[in-house]
Amino acid sequence: MATPTLDKEDAKPEAGFADSPYITVTFRIRRFNPEVSADATWEDFQLEIDPKERVLDGLHKIKWDLDGTLTFRRSCAHGICGSDAMRINGKNRLACKTLIKDINPAKPITVEPIKGLTVLKDLVVDMDPFFQAYRDVMPFLVTTGNEPTRERLQSAEDRERFDDTTKCILCAACTSSCPVFWNDGQYFGPAAIVNAHRFIFDSRDEAGEQRLEILNDKDGVWRCRTTFNCTDACPRGIEVTKAIQEVKRALITRRF
Amino acid sequence: MKIHKYDTVIVGAGGAGMRAAIEATKRSRTAVLTKLYPTRSHTGAAQGGMAAALANVEEDNWEWHTFDTIKGGDYLVDQDAAEILAKEAIDAVLDLEKMGLPFNRTPDGTIDQRRFGGHSRNHGEAPVRRSCYAADRTGHMILQTLYQNCVKEGVEFFNEFYVLDQLIVEEDGVKKSAGVVAYELATGEIHIFQAKSVVYASGGTGKFFKVTSNAHTLTGDGQAACYRRGLPLEDMEFFQFHPTGIWRMGILLTEGARGEGGILRNKDGERFMEKYAPVMKDLASRDVVSRSIYTEIREGRGCGPEGDHVYLDLTHLPPEQLDAKLPDITEFARTYLGIEPYTDPIPIQPTAHYAMGGIPTNVEGEVLADNTTVVPGLYAAGEVACVSVHGANRLGTNSLLDINVFGRRAGIAAADYSAKADFVELPENPAELVVSLVEQLRDSQGTERVADIRRELQETMDANVMVFRTEQTIKTAVEKIGELRARYKNVSVQDKGKRFNTDLLEAIELGNLLDLAEVMAVSALARKESRGGHYREDYPNRDDVNFMRHTMAYREVADDGKDSIRLDYKPVVQTRYQPMERKY
Ligand SMILES: Cc1cc2nc3c(=O)[nH]c(=O)nc-3n(C[C@H](O)[C@H](O)[C@H](O)COP(=O)(O)OP(=O)(O)OC[C@H]3O[C@@H](n4cnc5c(N)ncnc54)[C@H](O)[C@@H]3O)c2cc1C
Ligand code: SF4
Ligand code: FES
Repeated sequence: MATPTLDKEDAKPEAGFADSPYITVTFRIRRFNPEVSADATWEDFQLEIDPKERVLDGLHKIKWDLDGTLTFRRSCAHGICGSDAMRINGKNRLACKTLIKDINPAKPITVEPIKGLTVLKDLVVDMDPFFQAYRDVMPFLVTTGNEPTRERLQSAEDRERFDDTTKCILCAACTSSCPVFWNDGQYFGPAAIVNAHRFIFDSRDEAGEQRLEILNDKDGVWRCRTTFNCTDACPRGIEVTKAIQEVKRALITRRF
Repeated sequence: MKIHKYDTVIVGAGGAGMRAAIEATKRSRTAVLTKLYPTRSHTGAAQGGMAAALANVEEDNWEWHTFDTIKGGDYLVDQDAAEILAKEAIDAVLDLEKMGLPFNRTPDGTIDQRRFGGHSRNHGEAPVRRSCYAADRTGHMILQTLYQNCVKEGVEFFNEFYVLDQLIVEEDGVKKSAGVVAYELATGEIHIFQAKSVVYASGGTGKFFKVTSNAHTLTGDGQAACYRRGLPLEDMEFFQFHPTGIWRMGILLTEGARGEGGILRNKDGERFMEKYAPVMKDLASRDVVSRSIYTEIREGRGCGPEGDHVYLDLTHLPPEQLDAKLPDITEFARTYLGIEPYTDPIPIQPTAHYAMGGIPTNVEGEVLADNTTVVPGLYAAGEVACVSVHGANRLGTNSLLDINVFGRRAGIAAADYSAKADFVELPENPAELVVSLVEQLRDSQGTERVADIRRELQETMDANVMVFRTEQTIKTAVEKIGELRARYKNVSVQDKGKRFNTDLLEAIELGNLLDLAEVMAVSALARKESRGGHYREDYPNRDDVNFMRHTMAYREVADDGKDSIRLDYKPVVQTRYQPMERKY
């Protein structure tokens, strides 16, 4: 016997699966390709899909079987690499972490690129400004003095202090859901602040003051108006607004 | 076409590539070419941990770790390399901690450690806590920490550049590396990178299977580029099937779940691993557990209406422990299956996970042109390479270790070589192969579609060369792959543009998968024994007399342009451990 294989298509009508799980859905996708036209347009695609599948599976069905020119980024397909943040039904999410059944497939599912970053083609945006803001907050451990021979010690409580912000996968869902960032791309944006927080509150780090100075800038934390869009958007469940508030408080008290 | 000149070029920015880049950038003018933004690399998906005999929580030493690695690899491991891996593991973990990696901590503030499959105290006596971890996000933390340090060191990245060809020049009968050819996703432009040394760190090739833990982008581009230029691929028949992938999806649920006390059960609720591995039970090595699962399924003890999976049971573990130690994988179960792991067991099946084989290197990361000759200026590290520290089956937590130990070694060796070597002159028309590949695909009016061929390839691989193999199933696969390769010549893409043409790149990636699938199947057909991840039902025993040797596969091109695979063999390096029967 060969290894049992599990093909979704094959499994469809067989014993134990009385009804076909497949439903018909419409994907309404924002298309843009400057090689073809200077204008962005909406395009509808209809497809058969199991509602337990991901929006990413739907995009793949379109690309692989209907229109090969549809362009988007993706890699891991399970919410770990941060490639496929997009606006799905008006909210920023990862296509690979959003199941069809969870977003009302009775109506057309709208898919657009994330906002505030230049659209390059279809759902692909220019990520360079986003990564530049990240690099600007010194996102690395800074220590002085001689290195210990073994590991630096850190208590479980000290480690817990910044646990939430270590989860960031740099997907940009938060930054591109922020109205302040939409209006002014100079704002560092939530993701960069999250990554500064990750080091400011790490007991091993010694550059907290410098990072706070960077974020004290006119384009820094004070621009945040606490709209919580970022926290709602974060696919890793990071309490982004809380992290920003903690950085603000540290700036006032100079204690972290 | 643009030409760039760098001392050292690194292909790939996962764990191995960035670990190499941190060393190489300090020592030479270095460029890192990567088809993904560095933090998108699949190292970030690794969950369970990184092995090192730190002995922070119980007695342990690198000699035991060496033994476990060799035994886990079913004695196909090169023992000198395994010893380096286990010895340098300790510094590799400490280096990452100093770079900022937020490991979980013990009550004393040292790095915490947990159990993992196949890692034992005193040569198999009992499981040992050797895996250093950060919840079930160890790979994520490694990838982030290395990227952070690349930012700190000012490493120069070329993001979304696809390396599609390796330039090899023969000087006085010696094959040398002259550089690489890359395709820029944003513009469609072709770039030549002339370099004194090149390091491949482009990761695995799991996408020729359908049920896999691997990312869509793991298509073996590095292996294929070298193979096409006449360099060998080692031990490609050895692929690891991880026991616990989410049923039908293949998304990984770390072995750390069993390390924390999770139990595999069949439809009768029986803890079946007790039958197959009385000592290590659910923590026996992966090949053993994956075969046991399929044996249960075949004998009618699988779960669900089709009896096609088993359960990973975490329900007896306290919710606080799941939240603290396994937050991500429990969330996967909730998100993708709608299952609450506190109260319900999770349906799982083995998933194609890790390529033990790859580009052959020595312990300095230098690529081999045959059993002994190195290719000056060419290096490889990480999953793309075969050192071989994993032999016929890799132990869990040994790959995150491998990418750090051998990524570092390759980065240093490559930069040192750049410091003393000259540039090799580029061949006359360096972009020729890539230009013709791209133009052919873009201009083709063929009727075959990439998605169809890829689907059929994945189906035949899952059905015929997965956990159980026979002469007949492998032959079926070889034949099918041959047919698909022929049809591939007639493939066309819909996107004819230059800008972000992922349609075109998927077609190129499929070409790589087809070449490598064929090498895997042909190598598997010739290995008439069972060892580690390669299990032949028609030859169920290990055969040390005839097969204690590495497979070396070469691409041969006849005068009429037809290509074929030639197999050769390389001895295994044995130092102090004599092969024994493998029991867990
Ligand atoms: C889900 C999962 C969990 C795992 N868990 C563990 C674990 O707990 N412990 C453990 O030890 N191991 C684990 N492994 C294995 C381990 O994570 C991988 O083997 C390892 O991370 C591979 O690292 P790498 O640097 O070789 O490749 P990757 O991280 O895959 O990086 C490959 C890089 O190459 C680049 N690239 C690829 N092709 C090209 C091209 N043509 N041109 C330019 N660049 C290219 C990509 O952009 C990427 O940057 C796990 C694997 C998976 C899939
Ligand atoms: S904080 Fe959350 S939403 Fe923002 S970049 Fe990180 S993971 Fe994405
Ligand atoms: S594809 Fe990796 S996060 Fe969605």
